[in-house]
Amino acid sequence: MLAPGLLWLTGLYLLPLLGLVPLSLSEPLSRFGLETVFRGRLTTYLEVLQAYGPILWRSFGYAAIATGIGLLLAYPLAFAIRFRGGRWQPLLIGLVVLPSLTSYLVRAIAWTSLLGDSGPVLAVVRGLDLTAALNGLGLLRAGRLLNTPTAVVLGLLTNLLPFLVLPLVLAMERIKPSLLEAAADLHAGAWRRFTQVVWPLSRPGLAAGILLGLIPAAGDVVNPLFLGGPNERMIANTIDNLLLVQLQAPRAAALTLVLMALVTLAVMGQLRGRGGLDALPLP
Amino acid sequence: MKSIGNVLLAASSGLTFALLYAPVVVTVLFSFNAPRGRFNLLWQGFTLDNWRQPLRDPALSEAFLTSLALALAAALLAVLLGGLMALALARARLRGGRAIALILALPLTNPEIVLATALLNLFVGLDLPRGPLTLLLSHSLFCLSYAALTLKARLAGFDPSLEQAAQDLGAPPLAAFGRVTLPLLVPGLLAASLLCFSLSFDDFVISSFTAGETVTLPLYLAGAFQREISPQIQVLTTLVLLVSATLLLLTTPTGLPTLRKLVARPRRDPFGRPYRASRPPGGGEPPGL
Repeated sequence: MLAPGLLWLTGLYLLPLLGLVPLSLSEPLSRFGLETVFRGRLTTYLEVLQAYGPILWRSFGYAAIATGIGLLLAYPLAFAIRFRGGRWQPLLIGLVVLPSLTSYLVRAIAWTSLLGDSGPVLAVVRGLDLTAALNGLGLLRAGRLLNTPTAVVLGLLTNLLPFLVLPLVLAMERIKPSLLEAAADLHAGAWRRFTQVVWPLSRPGLAAGILLGLIPAAGDVVNPLFLGGPNERMIANTIDNLLLVQLQAPRAAALTLVLMALVTLAVMGQLRGRGGLDALPLP
Repeated sequence: MKSIGNVLLAASSGLTFALLYAPVVVTVLFSFNAPRGRFNLLWQGFTLDNWRQPLRDPALSEAFLTSLALALAAALLAVLLGGLMALALARARLRGGRAIALILALPLTNPEIVLATALLNLFVGLDLPRGPLTLLLSHSLFCLSYAALTLKARLAGFDPSLEQAAQDLGAPPLAAFGRVTLPLLVPGLLAASLLCFSLSFDDFVISSFTAGETVTLPLYLAGAFQREISPQIQVLTTLVLLVSATLLLLTTPTGLPTLRKLVARPRRDPFGRPYRASRPPGGGEPPGL
């Protein structure tokens, strides 16, 4: 029963992935096609890191900022759903998921209207006379919101929020009510029950959220492409461009493998000492 | 103190929901906009025209149907292959089971662009023309992991003694599977299919590498940024959203039934006495403090 699935995974995933290694060591045959010839050329990696290193860090930077803000917003919401939601809990969880059922491209279109030069957000900023202050903080660029890091991070943030909230709710659901009752019996106030019971037991949810939120965000294509300008491009846009526009398959392969290595390190860092994927509250 | 905390909690939750729903509300609103020019991005005035002609943009409708067919086929294929894998993994104490589970999880822990690059390389290497077939292959692949892992989780909570009991009572293995295991698996199969469907329906990155000339809905939408953002995009999205929201209301146990009964029951869930789903419907007191 395993055979067909394994065939799929091996033929369409593992082998092509391994195939990227020789490809990354090759050179393009011509400037007009994706054909390459193997040369054992390791310098491609150096060139790639030199040329696109900043974009790589920018990608993880944007993703980390979005995930950080996201966790600040997701934690209280998950807490409210779990401990104040009562019978509305399933409906509230559904409401968290519902926006993700619209295409993220349509959401990017909506953000374009919201953040555009004549959109409502900038109108409020101008009305409150905050343009100069926000320019100074680097949140706006020359009074504009589109084509700034702010817009990209905002787009990433709304995309990853549900993926932060759900694992947190699941982790909090695993907290046995008897633990909280015991803490209350021992005269722990609400704050101590939170710091000594809820917070430590919800941390696997944070780890799962970081996995589900940060990694897709770091590899995002849509938000930097449509909400950011040329200076906000992220790593996936670069790989996309190298492969489909510049036809530099070896460089694209090398960059992909670097990205994969970084992501795998991040995943292993999150999973260390947590008993692997199975122990995490993944929805 | 406690009330300040509650106010902060409500305010922060409200802000989060506002962020989540801002693009959704704008999309619904702009389905009623009468745009001047090709880009439906600026509010000009209310109209119902777009809703009277939801199919006025033929390229959009065609892309929508392509995506619908692709997502159905990919979900079916993935659930079939993934379901078989999940059954094999859950049943026998299989040697190499952990390794297989790891291979299954790999596509999920890497950004889509990694898979997209690898697949493009494969198709170029095999000289396989990119089109509907390569789309189906790649979509079924990334759905396979989700389907197999979802179903494996469902099967982990499944009691094998049920099927054994059926066999003890004389049912042949296949009949025992068909009449005991399969019906119990139906919710899991449905959930996995829905997940795969929406993943495939929404996929942009992998499709942009493997689609060739075929235009799926996300590829059409990406092109729309340069070409024309017709209000029909928002109309179609709103329709899909309405269907999803209805499904959501009907399937959550706390959907419509509770809305009806709400008036009768006071909510009582102070911190430290959390709500438990196992509480009897009569709403008995939680064990006292």
